[in-house]
Amino acid sequence: MNVLTWLIPISLLLGGLGLAGFLYTLRSRQYEDPKGDAQRILDDRYDDRPR
Amino acid sequence: MTAMACPGCAAAPTGPAPQAVAGDVLLSLPHIHCVSCIRGVETALAARPDVRDVRVNLTLKRAMVRTEASADSLAETLVGAGIEAYPLDVAALSAEGADKAGRELLMRLAVAGFAMMNVMLLSVAVWSGAAEATRDLFHWISAAIAIPASLFCGAPFFASAWGALRAGRMNMDVPIALAIVLALGTSLYETWHSGHHAYFDAAITLCFFLLIGRYLDLRARSAARSAAQELTALEVPVATRVTGETVPLAQIAVGDALLVRPGARMPVDGTIRRGASELDRSLLTGEAEPQAATSGDAVHAGEVNLTGPLEVTATAVGRDSSLHRLADLVALAEAGRARHTPLADKAAALYAPGVHILSALSFMGWILWTGDLRLALNIAAAVLIITCPCALGLAVPAVTAAASGRLYRAGLLVKSATALERLAEVDTVVFDKTGTLTAGTPRVTGWQKLHKDAASVAKGLGAASDHPLAQAIRAEEGPVAQITALREVPGSGVEGLWQGTPVRMGRASWIGAEPVEGLATYLQVGTATPQPIRFTDNLRAGAAELVQTLQARGLRVLMLSGDTTPAVNALAIELGIAEAEANLRPEEKASRMAALAGQGAKVLMVGDGLNDTAALAAAHVSIAPASALEAARAASDMVLTHASLMPVAGALEIAGKATRRISENFTIATVYNVVAVPLAALGLCTPLVAALAMSGSSLTVVLNALRITR
Repeated sequence: MNVLTWLIPISLLLGGLGLAGFLYTLRSRQYEDPKGDAQRILDDRYDDRPR
Repeated sequence: MTAMACPGCAAAPTGPAPQAVAGDVLLSLPHIHCVSCIRGVETALAARPDVRDVRVNLTLKRAMVRTEASADSLAETLVGAGIEAYPLDVAALSAEGADKAGRELLMRLAVAGFAMMNVMLLSVAVWSGAAEATRDLFHWISAAIAIPASLFCGAPFFASAWGALRAGRMNMDVPIALAIVLALGTSLYETWHSGHHAYFDAAITLCFFLLIGRYLDLRARSAARSAAQELTALEVPVATRVTGETVPLAQIAVGDALLVRPGARMPVDGTIRRGASELDRSLLTGEAEPQAATSGDAVHAGEVNLTGPLEVTATAVGRDSSLHRLADLVALAEAGRARHTPLADKAAALYAPGVHILSALSFMGWILWTGDLRLALNIAAAVLIITCPCALGLAVPAVTAAASGRLYRAGLLVKSATALERLAEVDTVVFDKTGTLTAGTPRVTGWQKLHKDAASVAKGLGAASDHPLAQAIRAEEGPVAQITALREVPGSGVEGLWQGTPVRMGRASWIGAEPVEGLATYLQVGTATPQPIRFTDNLRAGAAELVQTLQARGLRVLMLSGDTTPAVNALAIELGIAEAEANLRPEEKASRMAALAGQGAKVLMVGDGLNDTAALAAAHVSIAPASALEAARAASDMVLTHASLMPVAGALEIAGKATRRISENFTIATVYNVVAVPLAALGLCTPLVAALAMSGSSLTVVLNALRITR
């Protein structure tokens, strides 16, 4: 069972990475315009200043 | 009920925006829908040298432009490129607050979700039989995750519960906060003494489900609020000085001379200095017939100038204007409105004390029975967790979110959180006439009976004026006579020469005609006897069907109008409304509401005018069409964005369904409790049972709420 001392921190770290990623997208306001983002990806021009 | 906004701000002409300072400009783009629209807007605006930056938001259908140019000129650029665009008043949009609250809730929700999943996994290991040191280790790790996470995620509940307790009240958040704290406390104590049961998973799951409820609630209401704000932001409050300078309304002082162009609204109360015209008072008084006005006459903020330019000396501005005095009436009416207790609060009033008593009873019972403080405390915590209003907390917001979403698509913005519950109780519907049941645009009656020449002359004369009656005549079929020396006499009518004969069309007093009953204009060819051309107000789309549908459902339908008796009676007969009253002043409308409420009726008021605002505020629940003045929209619980009135019938139906779903949800939550509470009080409720009961009841409630979207 000693492996648990490694596995639990690792799993928490990985989950925490996911959480941090979500909080980053939230803070950088990536949910302001979901419809617009879904449409913009269809444009073949490069969006050089994405927000 | 939203706070009453300054109605004076709504009275200005919806004309050009004041010169924008360098900075952000918002444009409303109601018809964009795809990537090529986005590109079109962005390239058209970016091509201007004075535009520094432009970004379209498709979700909100807005463009945010960083520029020195005025919002007006930007909108013109877009209209030139074939894209419909309107400038928005940045000050009227305060979406930032709701936005921030939404992001904060979402952050707490994410943290709660993360913590819940991890603690759940550890708990599964314990439930599957981990023992001794392993179990204690898992409990300690769970505690390390769950305690900080619950305290952080539960902060909104703690704050609300503390506020309620300090005010000596009970709300749903008191048992929630107590359950979280007690669950964490006893579990920590158990873990310290290497006990078997810890409720860390329950505490954090509780936060997670309840936060979902909060978030749904906030989302549904902020969507409606921002749409209502956008309607307001489209009306920029400005006034034009006699010098032609356009200034914000706030800069106008008493004694200033203002120019009011035909088609614009009076920004202030005043007297006419120069000019003659006709005034449309329908939004203030409900009268459909325009009134003549000439120099020396008094005008009131909110009236629409129809035919000639008027120079007005301001006699009252802002707070002193007649518009604002109506606002005081609204405040009074609101104070008199019977307080509605939301279903959730009613449930909480029954539930919260019950939960605490049950928990306290089982604590006392066990301590008397066994004398074991630790066991008794454990069981009291289990009872609190099991009864915790997870499902109850979701019962109302899940349903209102689903129902408001459906109404939003049908064309109704629900501004007030309890509007749906109140709408479901309605048994009486009161309509305003002008602008609500009627579209406010007149239509000629008996056009076919008019002589061919007279009809063509009328159409020829009508071309000279933008008066609503002239527009109605222009809209009729038939040839147009050649009229020479055509000229509009503001406030009176139009005149000209037809085949050498003088022809005139206008007010009875000007032509010298015998006035007929109802809305009419008079046509005179040469020296012949003047003949009337009669008009009737166009019905708003869906008005007749709506009245029929409501009556078929057994609702009492009334019409209260400020218009003249003949016009009101004619419409009442056309629509089959038995109870109609005319010539009502705004305060009389409000007192009718109070009288109806006194008879025990739950009144839905549908109205658009300033004379309706007090009645809208006094009614049990109220709806204003989007064409209404800002003051009327602010005073009502819902805003109808469709041109047709029919969505109102659908709204009543959905509101009824929503209330049924809410009570079903309460029943479901209660049944879960009735089954689980005895188990908990007998000490049979393990953390596994608690987790199952909580998730099970919450999911059932949400699924039941979602049925409404179909």
